[in-house]
Amino acid sequence: MLKTLMAGTVLSLALAGTALAQGTPSSATPKPGGTANAVIQPEPPGLMLGMVQNGPTQMVAGNIYEGLLRYDSALKPLPGLAESWSVSEDGKTYIFKLVKNATWHDGKPFTADDVVFSVELLRQTHARARGNLTRVASVTAPDPYTVVFTLSEPFGPFLGIFEVGSLPMIPKHIYAGTDYKTNPANNTPIGTGPYMFKEWKKGSYIRLVKNPNYHVAGKPYLDEIYWHVIPDAAARAVAFETGKVDILPGGSVENFDVPRLSKIKGACSTTKGWEFFSPHSWLWLNNRKGPTANKAFRQAVSYALDRDFARDVVWNGLGKPATGPFSSTVRYHDPKAAKYAYDPAKAKALLKESGYKGETVRLLPLPYGETWQRWAEAVKQNLEDAGIKVEMVATDVAGWNQKTSEWDYDIAFTYLYQYGDPALGVGRNYVSSQIAKGSPFNNVEGYSNPSVDEAFAKGAVAVGDDARRPIYEAVQKTLVEDAPVAWLLELQFPTITRCKVHDLVTTGIGVNDGFRDAWIER
Amino acid sequence: MVSFVARRIAKGIVVLLAIVVLNFFLIRLAPGDPALVMAGEAGAGDEAFIAQLREKFALDQPLPSQLAAYLGSMARLDLGYSVRQQMPVATLIGERLPATLLLTGSAFAISLSLGVLLGALAARRAGTLADTAITGVALLFYATPLFWVSLMAILLFSVRLDWLPSFGFETVGAGYAGLTRVLDIAHHLVLPALTLGLFFMAVYVRMTRSSMLEVSRLDFVKTARAKGLTEGVIQRRHVLRNALLPVVTLAGLQAGTLVGGAVLTETVFAWPGIGRLMYDALLQRDYNLLLGVFVVSSAMVLVFNLVTDVVYRAVDPRIEVA
Repeated sequence: MLKTLMAGTVLSLALAGTALAQGTPSSATPKPGGTANAVIQPEPPGLMLGMVQNGPTQMVAGNIYEGLLRYDSALKPLPGLAESWSVSEDGKTYIFKLVKNATWHDGKPFTADDVVFSVELLRQTHARARGNLTRVASVTAPDPYTVVFTLSEPFGPFLGIFEVGSLPMIPKHIYAGTDYKTNPANNTPIGTGPYMFKEWKKGSYIRLVKNPNYHVAGKPYLDEIYWHVIPDAAARAVAFETGKVDILPGGSVENFDVPRLSKIKGACSTTKGWEFFSPHSWLWLNNRKGPTANKAFRQAVSYALDRDFARDVVWNGLGKPATGPFSSTVRYHDPKAAKYAYDPAKAKALLKESGYKGETVRLLPLPYGETWQRWAEAVKQNLEDAGIKVEMVATDVAGWNQKTSEWDYDIAFTYLYQYGDPALGVGRNYVSSQIAKGSPFNNVEGYSNPSVDEAFAKGAVAVGDDARRPIYEAVQKTLVEDAPVAWLLELQFPTITRCKVHDLVTTGIGVNDGFRDAWIER
Repeated sequence: MVSFVARRIAKGIVVLLAIVVLNFFLIRLAPGDPALVMAGEAGAGDEAFIAQLREKFALDQPLPSQLAAYLGSMARLDLGYSVRQQMPVATLIGERLPATLLLTGSAFAISLSLGVLLGALAARRAGTLADTAITGVALLFYATPLFWVSLMAILLFSVRLDWLPSFGFETVGAGYAGLTRVLDIAHHLVLPALTLGLFFMAVYVRMTRSSMLEVSRLDFVKTARAKGLTEGVIQRRHVLRNALLPVVTLAGLQAGTLVGGAVLTETVFAWPGIGRLMYDALLQRDYNLLLGVFVVSSAMVLVFNLVTDVVYRAVDPRIEVA
């Protein structure tokens, strides 16, 4: 819990006070003990969060490792390994006070040196952390429980980069001076988190056990967590139905099973816990060549899409039509920027205006299971109704990555996390400095607009909401008008649990934040 | 006999080498590479990150030198390292092999024994209701997709009746040991082994039946009958034994797929076996691991071909092993 704030530096931002709100714990009194059985899909390649960042790794390893901060559902920082923090008035110096009783799972104390070292390691191994840390000039540890980040220029979302998946704390005494990639400890991860790695039977399960020396008194409650690896979606649903597992994290069953499973007696579901990630889906439209290089054509695509149908039928009512580049949970989202309602007539008119001559465009679905395949079929039909000739391209995950990162597509499905702030998760998809082959997550569409580049550059370093908001509101208007991509839905991935599992999702990071608050009624 | 086996082994090594080289190039024809897959899963990636991964996977080396390096380590009986899983390939395969062999071995035993038994029965009663019933059921299991049969079996026996577990190798976290553990694993084995076994059983039924009918019309069977032997002895000693050769051939082929042939069953029942390891490796373009599984399963095919040839001789001494 937040104790003190640094007195010396003048505090800015109304961030600290809200640290008291620990999400939405239920009213009942937690009972310690019990075993949690959860599903993990697909099996993660590794659990060393500093080295591997895929979804399942973050979900399991969020129990083992911790970040300096956590975020509530409104994305206000909560104490993690830092118990308090302060920002200098010029927005260039951040001072974190660390909790004093945290230890690594091998018993060594967690200190400021570990933080300095983690930043150094992650800059080499963690692509997103490297990007987030570009403006950090130095990280120092004046005493064992104080860390000072000095920035070369202000960076608005800086307090938003300390979540466990974005900047996990890595033990210096285990990794310093070793080859990080081949360090044997990668197979037996050691963190400061509420649960410790115990056993991994590849292809079957991962077992975590309670950390008895956790730095938050009384927590965690559970004795152990089993993450079951069940490769078939239908079999995962059955495992929940038959009571063999009690927790289905978001995205672990096919969408059409969600309503059925949520209605099973004793099952509860929540769409909360994804606010930090805000998965936003859209169609990449290749701005470089073909019909999609034409702005009127791209606008036509946006008008041709029936987003309500997609949400109601393909996603069983989950999600929200996306009105522009910013998800509604991202800072400075402007609902007034919306433009593209479903309007096939307007789409046809714009197609005519664009001079489209009936060329076939290739549509690349996301190879993530049935729901995405069905969505691609719905979109294909929408586009064909508007008069666009569409050919669906079949591929697997590796093929999808290659085609998008080599720009070999006309229209391609994607969805990306936005991390709460436009400077962290939005700008990367639209600024021209992010046009580079080899990554499926940058400006893949090849959109280039100097005014947009400038706005994102300014917005990142402007100090304070009042300075940042107008910049980002203007850029939303420009982007919506130019339609570099066709935004689809703000996705929701409900977490389904047995109702006896309490306080599993208490923050905006959801299940990825670990099971530190979770308990099971017995 | 010894020189026969030695020659076959030498041939086998050449075949294995060809398989490795072919597969090496074949899997690199698939779009994408392990670095892109990993970057894709991380939801972030810049050029430095992907270059780093490619270096880690040794994908920055020219193709011929990658192949040379792989063959070199093969020669030392080293299957290489899976960068993705951060473990030697041999360890990964070794961990999964017992589960797969247990599953496919049980399915093999079930299908062969039931198949030959029911096939013989159907042949003996050819044209009767029993024959129609047996061949009908066999055809049904042969024609129905394996995953569908599996899912229906799960719905019936796990969800509705709650008799059998629907997934996994054993009860996780129960801490069983000794006989309790064996029984627990057997309990988990029933559904996957049966569904997989029933599919192959269908083939054996039809093969045994038609082969026996063919043999039973031959002269020596008439002779045996003329000698006054009982019908049971004729069927067992004279007809079945001679009819078994094609069945042995088929069993040899099935035995060759014992390692990699149960991908669907392993997936539906979350059975921690090699088939899934291979399928995941394919999707993740984990080249070393995929090649490793290919090598092991091809070696298995070669070994079982050899065993089949030897078994031929045991079944029918007229066949020379040469």
